[in-house]
Amino acid sequence: MSNVQTLLDEGLAALAATADPVELENVKAKYLGKSGALTELLKQLGALPPEEKRSQGAVINQAKQAFEAALNGRREAIAAEKLNQQLAAEALDVTLPGRGNGSGGLHPVTLVKERIVALFQSMGFEVADGPEIEGDWHNFEALNTPKDHPARSMQDTFYVGGGKDGEPLVLRTHTSPIQVRYMENHKPPIKIVAPGRVYRVDSDATHSPMFHQMEGLWVAEGVSFADLKATLIDFLRRFFERDDLQVRFRPSFFPFTETSAEVDVLGERGWLEVGGCGMVHPNVLRNVGIDPEQFTGFAFGIGLDRFAMLYYGVNDLRLFFDNDLTFLGQFR
Amino acid sequence: MKFSESWLRELVNPALNNAELAELLTMAGLEVEENDPAAPAFDRVVVAQVLEVRKHENAEKLNVCQVDAGLGGAPLQIVCGAPNVAPGVKVPCALVGASLPGDFKIKEAKLRGVESFGMLCSARELGVSEESEGLLLLPADAPVGVSFRDYYQLDDRILTLKLTPNRADCLSLSGIAREVAALTDSRYSPVAIQPAAVTIDAQRAVHLDVPAACPRYVGRVIQGVNAAAATPDWMRRRLERSGIRSISALVDITNYVLMELGQPMHAFDHAKLKGDVHVRMAVAGEQLELLNGKQLALEADMLVIADGSGPIALAGIMGGMPTSVQAGQTRDVFLESAYFAPAVINGKARRLGFGSDSSHRYERGVDFGNCRQAMERATELVLAICGGQAGPLTEALAELPARAPVTLRVPRVARVLGISLDVAQIVAMLQKLGLQVGQDGERLIVTPPSYRFDINIEEDLIEEVARLYGYDNVPTRAPSNSLAMLKQDGKLRPALAVKLALAARDFQEIVSYAFVEAQWEADFAANTAPVKLLNPIASQMSVMRSTLIGGLVSTLIANLNRKHERVRLFEVARVFHGVDANQQPEKLAGLAYGPRLHEQWGATATRVDFYDLKADVEALLAPRQARFEKAEHPAFHPGRCANILLDGVVVGVMGELHPKWVQNYDLPAAPVLFEMDLAALIQRDLIAAKPVSKFQPVRRDLAFVVDDAVQYQDILDAMGSAKSPCVTGIEGFDVYRGKGVPEGKKSLAFKVILQDTQKTLSDAEIDLAVSQLVAALQQRHDAQLRS
Repeated sequence: MSNVQTLLDEGLAALAATADPVELENVKAKYLGKSGALTELLKQLGALPPEEKRSQGAVINQAKQAFEAALNGRREAIAAEKLNQQLAAEALDVTLPGRGNGSGGLHPVTLVKERIVALFQSMGFEVADGPEIEGDWHNFEALNTPKDHPARSMQDTFYVGGGKDGEPLVLRTHTSPIQVRYMENHKPPIKIVAPGRVYRVDSDATHSPMFHQMEGLWVAEGVSFADLKATLIDFLRRFFERDDLQVRFRPSFFPFTETSAEVDVLGERGWLEVGGCGMVHPNVLRNVGIDPEQFTGFAFGIGLDRFAMLYYGVNDLRLFFDNDLTFLGQFR
Repeated sequence: MKFSESWLRELVNPALNNAELAELLTMAGLEVEENDPAAPAFDRVVVAQVLEVRKHENAEKLNVCQVDAGLGGAPLQIVCGAPNVAPGVKVPCALVGASLPGDFKIKEAKLRGVESFGMLCSARELGVSEESEGLLLLPADAPVGVSFRDYYQLDDRILTLKLTPNRADCLSLSGIAREVAALTDSRYSPVAIQPAAVTIDAQRAVHLDVPAACPRYVGRVIQGVNAAAATPDWMRRRLERSGIRSISALVDITNYVLMELGQPMHAFDHAKLKGDVHVRMAVAGEQLELLNGKQLALEADMLVIADGSGPIALAGIMGGMPTSVQAGQTRDVFLESAYFAPAVINGKARRLGFGSDSSHRYERGVDFGNCRQAMERATELVLAICGGQAGPLTEALAELPARAPVTLRVPRVARVLGISLDVAQIVAMLQKLGLQVGQDGERLIVTPPSYRFDINIEEDLIEEVARLYGYDNVPTRAPSNSLAMLKQDGKLRPALAVKLALAARDFQEIVSYAFVEAQWEADFAANTAPVKLLNPIASQMSVMRSTLIGGLVSTLIANLNRKHERVRLFEVARVFHGVDANQQPEKLAGLAYGPRLHEQWGATATRVDFYDLKADVEALLAPRQARFEKAEHPAFHPGRCANILLDGVVVGVMGELHPKWVQNYDLPAAPVLFEMDLAALIQRDLIAAKPVSKFQPVRRDLAFVVDDAVQYQDILDAMGSAKSPCVTGIEGFDVYRGKGVPEGKKSLAFKVILQDTQKTLSDAEIDLAVSQLVAALQQRHDAQLRS
């Protein structure tokens, strides 16, 4: 019976030597096919006596099973190798850049404006807006700044032709007219912020003839200077994310606030002015039909460009208006 | 307001160092803008006298001097190149070992073979003055050997205050001293002023023709003055440290009194005046030559000082040239110390385009209680410096402004400031400031002094209380509020969402000026009558834009110049169709230029075109669907321009820049742009969800051959009007011209999606629906179904 074992050994060796599926099927046919070697041995069993047939049959069947197991194993191994080859061939240089569109970005002043607006919205301030060509009334008179008031020379004004009824028209010099417009149409409690573009006849490294401000206004019963301080200090500390930020208020003058202050924060190189504020002047409240005896309020104005400069470490205001894509591309 | 610290300390000297004093002023609302040393650091410079001067043997321009520097022993030999060196002059001398400004060390030296032991100095070398001609010559009585820093009082600082318009009372040394005294509880020593001895009778009559504009005019004649007298060093130095150039003794004295007391003064040449002086309104057209050389045609609302010959000064603003004092001629002067009401001065300087220290003060308010004192002070100084004989002080007086008492309710202080102070504290604070305070329970009746023009209502007093209390001492109180939530309109999205959507599609936001070149308006909006600025900062910023296109195109050009090849920009801003509030809508405009994708591997470079940008516009509007209609617009290529419509209303325009602008603006290729109303972009429909069909959709592809002139939208509209309810979507996916399609025609291929919510569609139903679409197209556009 040693020839069965010999045959099996030959067959297993042949399987092990195959490298592709076609060859494998040929080896299979050679041993298990209709006239394969093992098949032939089984065919010859019929000629044997029953006793021998049984024992010889078991030996051949064992050999056949062993061959089949080895065949399957080899088939899987060949498939696995083929897959591996395919995968290796399909490998990418994952370090090549991604394809398709890139992404743009928002202007740094917009980013800072949105950050500031979101902080005030979280305190219940609504966002208001108004026109940029304003009448003298809304930009000055209603804000307690009559014609020829020396304070007008604090803000060099662009004038615009085409006014009606002799009212001079200006490019708004501050966002304060928005508070007037809002108060004309709303009753206290009033709590707004109003960001926007403003204009002054001024142009150098620290001044642009067009720049951005944000006005804030809170008018209600019992709003005091202490509330003003708390609100602005809270805002500045949240904005700069520094709970220990030093903030100071120092007396100043604006025609439309009485108890007026400038707000400074302590930076690395000393105090930096970041805005003006004060208690809304009673004349301003009266001008819009609000009783200053019943209601008090505070207003403030900050320069958004200045905040963007501080926040991003930009030292030349003009960069914000040059629109150099390399510069703007940093603010993503 | 600029002044020397030592001058201030002569009037009030609190126990504060320079930095503390500056901090005190700033925190009281008198912001110290600059705080500089009067002179840069240097040492070992002494007052010296030149004894002997002889020519240097080897150098034409040099002199060898023998100098007494007060060191005792033999004189110092010093080589000097200054042209004004002469025997006997007294000059500052830097000794060997001195270090001068600019880190300049003085050593023993040999100059062309002659030894030199020091340096004689000019004002500029010592940083005392910006310019100088030769050596700084010192008065004959300058003590030799004394430290020049001490002699010239250089260890002083110059403070510059940025005063707000309400604090006119601090536009003088006395005013600041008064304020410092109140803030620090220290003693204010006002300048001691003695009435001058009147030794002659000469005087000039003054008439107040407009008493409301000028209710007080104090005058005095002084005869026999020496107008050429030298201004004393101490006065010249103080004026210089206040930024006022010394002109002549008489003018310097009026300027000195202005700085010291805050009272503008004017000196007329008495001999040149004719008859009585009148303070009156100008007659329109009257002429006056001013001290600054300007010939002025006066207007009827200008107040003038006039004599028998006509106007001689523009009251409160500037004197006239013909009657001005002249150092070489004037013998007799007529001095003016007057009060002019702010209302009559305000705005004039701005209108004229020049002002003066005088108009700056009168506009804000000059102490009308101080005119006589100022006249006595000026007289004293004139007599001491220029000599002469003083006539009597004359005064024309009408009704002075009243200082109405202001009521302060103590509880109101707490309400406005959020601090509680008792009555006594408040009274003490107000009294410190020189306000008269009467008390009626919790009501204080406060009368401000004549020098305070800024205290008219209760709030003004509250601010004074806050100032003296210290803004920093006001507690910060977490605000309490009724916690009403803000409204959120579901039909609007924030403009930020639109901006972010554009940024996500590779556009960069820019900010460009609202004032533009008039040409841009003409080119990009055919706007020949834009809103004009009356005082533009530059001619290329002279009109208000009605379109954002110009800003985008110019930003494109700037970035092309910076070697960017692919540019995608947007801006959100107001445009100006007119001056009314409702003519200033916010627009969103975008521009795309260059390759469709940034240069990259594995992608062929194609240029961005109309349809790329249209996809961006459609994405911005989604899920709302806009219609695009062929349009004409001055900025755009007439065949490549569309209006953008929502619900039949034009909300924007897009297109390729017109070839003539591409050429005129020197662009290498045409950008595509859009401009839309921001209001339309932030509108949203509220979403109402519909059920989704469970039955399979069926797709049929149809291709039609139509005339080239037939637009895609025409086909879509025709199918839309003929479609059965089971047709749920029609979308074009191919446009083809060429082989198989006749000349002048094109083939449009559509994907038609059919689906029913209730059942699976039968072939017959599908065929019927498709044939309806085909029939409609055949009928309306002679479209042939392509097999």
